[in-house]
Amino acid sequence: MEKVLLRNIGVCDSHTLTVYAAHGGYAPWRTVVESMQPEQLIELVKASGLRGRGGAGFPTGTKWSFVPKDNPKPKYLVCNADESEPGTFKDRLLIEQDPHAIIEGTLMAAYAIQSHTAFIYVRGELAFGAIRLERAVEEAYQAGYIGKKIFGSNYDLDLIVHRGAGAYICGEETALLSSLEGGRGWPKVKPPFPATHGLFGCPTVVNNVETLAALPWIIEHGAAAYAAMGTEKSKGTKLFSVSGHIARPGVYELEMGYPFKKFLEEDCGGVPNGKKLKGVIPGGGSMPVLCPDEIENVKLDYESVQAAGSLLGSGGVIVMDETTCMVRAAWNIARFYAHESCGQCTPCREGCHWMEKLFHRIEHGEADGSDVDLILNISGNIMGNTICPFGDAAAMPAAAFIKKYRDEFEAHVAEKRCTVRGME
Amino acid sequence: MAVDFSPAALEHFKDIVARYPRKEAAMLPVLYLAQREFGHLGPEAIEYVAKLMGQPPARVHGVVSFYTMFNMKPIGRHHIQICRTLPCALGGAERITAFIKRRLGVEPGQTTPDGWFTLSEVECLASCGTAPMMQINDDYYENLTEEKVIEILDDLK
Repeated sequence: MEKVLLRNIGVCDSHTLTVYAAHGGYAPWRTVVESMQPEQLIELVKASGLRGRGGAGFPTGTKWSFVPKDNPKPKYLVCNADESEPGTFKDRLLIEQDPHAIIEGTLMAAYAIQSHTAFIYVRGELAFGAIRLERAVEEAYQAGYIGKKIFGSNYDLDLIVHRGAGAYICGEETALLSSLEGGRGWPKVKPPFPATHGLFGCPTVVNNVETLAALPWIIEHGAAAYAAMGTEKSKGTKLFSVSGHIARPGVYELEMGYPFKKFLEEDCGGVPNGKKLKGVIPGGGSMPVLCPDEIENVKLDYESVQAAGSLLGSGGVIVMDETTCMVRAAWNIARFYAHESCGQCTPCREGCHWMEKLFHRIEHGEADGSDVDLILNISGNIMGNTICPFGDAAAMPAAAFIKKYRDEFEAHVAEKRCTVRGME
Repeated sequence: MAVDFSPAALEHFKDIVARYPRKEAAMLPVLYLAQREFGHLGPEAIEYVAKLMGQPPARVHGVVSFYTMFNMKPIGRHHIQICRTLPCALGGAERITAFIKRRLGVEPGQTTPDGWFTLSEVECLASCGTAPMMQINDDYYENLTEEKVIEILDDLK
């Protein structure tokens, strides 16, 4: 398989404009500005089958096409570089090692919707990555790839690197826009969608780093070449961040539809130290855990993982071996959501903390028989009852851990202690 | 106690605001600037930023208190943020955290009496493939062991 996203990773000084341009960088951007109408670009990306890599998997070209052309307000394009999903570190790799690919993709997306101001919203903690992005943007300005009359055309575009300040929820697109407006990172009710009412009420598109970084390759090689990879509905390639009990953790680029088991056992070297696999989260901390028998025939694409009862999400693969206490793992994830809930919607604000307390009680031998079912009840009451998908993201893993490892939860309750003690 | 930006910071403030299509969008970078100037964002700093930004102090307070990277109280010279989320926990973060607590003699949220180190437990820092890990000030330290932690902390002293 030809690498789309990791093609420059490992090249010496890949973060500099000199090296990026020497490998063909910004030539696709020139092609777009000099020879393509915005509509043509949108159609091309639709034809490529590229879907949003932030977690939701919405078709990118279609998202762009929702931006009204006759709206007199300014339009904004925002690159979402606020990577914070537990178990996900693919965007950080691109931000630090290949910032120009992200910038080039951002410019193309801005052109597609005819935006003249674009932002890269980079996670605050990623100080090193933010510096790389800022320097790369400066280089691109100096080279004339960003700014006034790009390549002698009438197209002007400014690009601002904006640092977040520590809030997981700002990865959600409407929360990100609230944050970019200078407020608390509070999600907004949809509809109206950002495509018509986004940043400062103006038409806005938010695309993930990985989505945007694929665009230069697609322009260079054509939509058909991209669509030739992957499955019928999940085209192209995707990045997977692999962590936990695995011999070779790291970021991998796979053609969509790659067999999950083969990936874990062969590409990643399997579970180390002769231990057996106990469970694996396929798409970041928000997604339901899968048991070893559930991944038997699963392929890594949106449809196949969903059919197996989880979601591909961000592609953050967290591997847990047989020594892992699943109650403690569930508590850890519940604590994450309790900490990160923005506090707007009652079911999430109250429910996340309540679930965290109950998991804590079970793990520490202080629970009674009804607490396990109570978590399922709370999870069910959060699901679908919040403004943004955060509520679901907290509810789904909590319920999945219990449903799939119920015996272990019951044993904790019955023996009034942790029966596994893997992580302490 | 009234606080003020230095002339250089005031220039920087103007540059930041000029970059954005609307002034309020500059809130986070201006707060970062204020935190660099004043060390932390206490009530006076919040009042000052509110005045600069032309916004009510309550709104600025709301923003500051929402984000984990804004410190409303003074912190130590080195801010140790150790990741506690699942991938790091699977890699032994709980043991490393306990070790750092013993070595520094502080709990998360506390600063050593000499003012050198503030310890925080934080959520996923997008470095899960090199767990366990921590961030000290702007830098990541990965694949931590007790020996490595000793070395890192001694180097910072």
